[in-house]
Amino acid sequence: MNIHEYQAKALFEQFGVPVPKGAAATSPEGFVTALASLPEGPTMVKSQIHAGGRGKGTFTDGFKGGVKFCKTKAEAADIAGKMLNNTLVTIQTGPAGRKVQTIYFTVASDIKKEYYLAVLLDRASSRPVIVASTEGGVEIEKVAHDTPEKITKVVIDPAYGIADFQLRQIIAALQLTGAEAKNAAKLIKNLYTMFWETDAAMVEVNPLITTPAGDVLALDAKVSFDSNALYRHPEIVALRDLNEEDPKEIEASKYDLAYIALDGNIACLVNGAGLAMSTMDIIKHYGGNPANFLDVGGGASKEKVVAAFKIILGDANVQGIFVNIFGGIMDCNVIAEGIVEAVKEVGLKLPLVVRLEGNNVAKGKETLAKSGLALVSGDTMADAAQKIVKLVA
Amino acid sequence: MSILISADTKILVQGITGAFGAKHAQLSLDYGTQLVAGVTPGKGGQFFEHAGHKVPIFNSVHEAAAATGATVSVIFVPPPFAGDAILECVDAGLDLAVCITEGIPIKDMIRVKRAIAGKKTRLIGPNCPGLVTPGTGEGSKGGCRIGIAPGYIHKKGHVGIVSRSGTLTYEAVFQITSKGLGQSTSVGIGGDPVNGTSHLDVIKLFNEDPDTKGIILIGEIGGSAEVEAARWIKANCKKPVAGFIAGATAPAGRRMGHAGAIVGGAEDTAAAKIAVFQECGIEVAATPTDMADALLRAAKAKGVSLS
Repeated sequence: MNIHEYQAKALFEQFGVPVPKGAAATSPEGFVTALASLPEGPTMVKSQIHAGGRGKGTFTDGFKGGVKFCKTKAEAADIAGKMLNNTLVTIQTGPAGRKVQTIYFTVASDIKKEYYLAVLLDRASSRPVIVASTEGGVEIEKVAHDTPEKITKVVIDPAYGIADFQLRQIIAALQLTGAEAKNAAKLIKNLYTMFWETDAAMVEVNPLITTPAGDVLALDAKVSFDSNALYRHPEIVALRDLNEEDPKEIEASKYDLAYIALDGNIACLVNGAGLAMSTMDIIKHYGGNPANFLDVGGGASKEKVVAAFKIILGDANVQGIFVNIFGGIMDCNVIAEGIVEAVKEVGLKLPLVVRLEGNNVAKGKETLAKSGLALVSGDTMADAAQKIVKLVA
Repeated sequence: MSILISADTKILVQGITGAFGAKHAQLSLDYGTQLVAGVTPGKGGQFFEHAGHKVPIFNSVHEAAAATGATVSVIFVPPPFAGDAILECVDAGLDLAVCITEGIPIKDMIRVKRAIAGKKTRLIGPNCPGLVTPGTGEGSKGGCRIGIAPGYIHKKGHVGIVSRSGTLTYEAVFQITSKGLGQSTSVGIGGDPVNGTSHLDVIKLFNEDPDTKGIILIGEIGGSAEVEAARWIKANCKKPVAGFIAGATAPAGRRMGHAGAIVGGAEDTAAAKIAVFQECGIEVAATPTDMADALLRAAKAKGVSLS
């Protein structure tokens, strides 16, 4: 689960990670209150959406920049008015962009130097890792590719937590001394504590900055959480912003269906995550474009299949459906009955290719045949994929 | 021969009284697996009965193992308690703990993995379908089925299969069986980013098992486990190996069902892993339908018979 920058920074403050003073607002009236809480002077205006590349983004009305520097608070209020309820397109949003519904104002900091800092899972060691670099404010992937020696990784022993000598390693790599070193060490330690205590999946600060006064501040904040652990963090769940999620994905989550919307036109309904991924792949392999990832799970009921059908048909781009089921334990006939039921309820006008294999497959195929539905059967996954691609083309 | 488990392996089930655990305990009993004990704290002394079987239930893994000689546990307990269940197996000194549970917090698994490092017990999973060593009966009955895989699609034979995905394992198993060949053991290692046994661990076991003549390695986007396995195969494994990687069309940064199936950078994409497979002499299946055929091509190239 992702949260907004202003929410992440509130958490930072709670854990003792210094950030520039700021306030968020969702309306022009709110701008007045928010700005009143900040000192007069240079102010940053930041669009709050769950996507990176905001600064270089463009709004659909042509206004450029989702993050702006303003010399005065009055100018900040004016710029915020241009961003609010406007749709911002960045390299991460896709062409449709995201509607900006919250504006975050912060004091514009004096920047001495920018750094990069993150805490995430190191999969190779199955431990948390702190990633730090002297190259901040740029894309870390690019730094990793061009100058890997400028990135330091320190793996943390979860049984002990971050050790002081490790903090010294990171500080040395960032070439910080004096008050900056002391402030940075405290910040890094607190950031790690926040990562660990909140069950975060990733905490990224890009840039982390030093100021001429010797302060060390998190200028930006990107935080995501392990969804498996949300059950023990109601305070994090409360930060979820449904405006940032695809309505179809929200609907799917109600039925415990793993669904991810994509931009193609062939909808998929599959059991199992690996099979669902490779169903998308095989559609692409034969020249088609998948409209979604959808895993109905191992124990799908008829109701779940019906709900899944309604969700994939709610996507206006869909021009055909590919049902791919390997019923290991799952009864193929249950799936077949679900399909028949769903088609009866929603009325299907699109081509439908079904590949059923596994447990009770003969009965499942019989149910489909008897239903009189205009569907096409595929023998193997490859055969079925080719058929749906052809029908949609 | 087989790896990790055989027809004689005695297993216990943690969470045998829950609906999911009970259903799969029944299926394992039907398969002929030596399922000798159940564990549910507070229900010790009761019995799990199914089709003439009367399986004793114990309050702890220690008691169950001591009374029945079980050496392997399969875990079906809910996510908040699953980490604890794994640690209990380790404390009881079992050979193997197979955790089926999906949805365990990553932090719990980080701590569990740290706690069990260097211990005797091997962990498979979590979020995995388990493993099957087929038997010689009808529908491969008489073998050892641990977890949730369909037993009947298996056939006793000489192909080793290892995968992060359950359904893709079944696809591979089914294809091999449909070609008249069979499996030594099929192992699902699970789709979580922090898991016990890796692809490489299983590949090493298959490499040492004289009865495994060919290997299918199934992976997906995210992490570098498949790459490590592939590099080791290139340096050490003489057996024919076919590989498949799922998730070529997955958008970066989105979790595709499995918690671990997420593209984090340029090196954990499907394309990058497939490139390493090719470089390491692994015969790549272009689609999941091609997995068994890919292994047959690899076997033919090495002059190896898989039957």
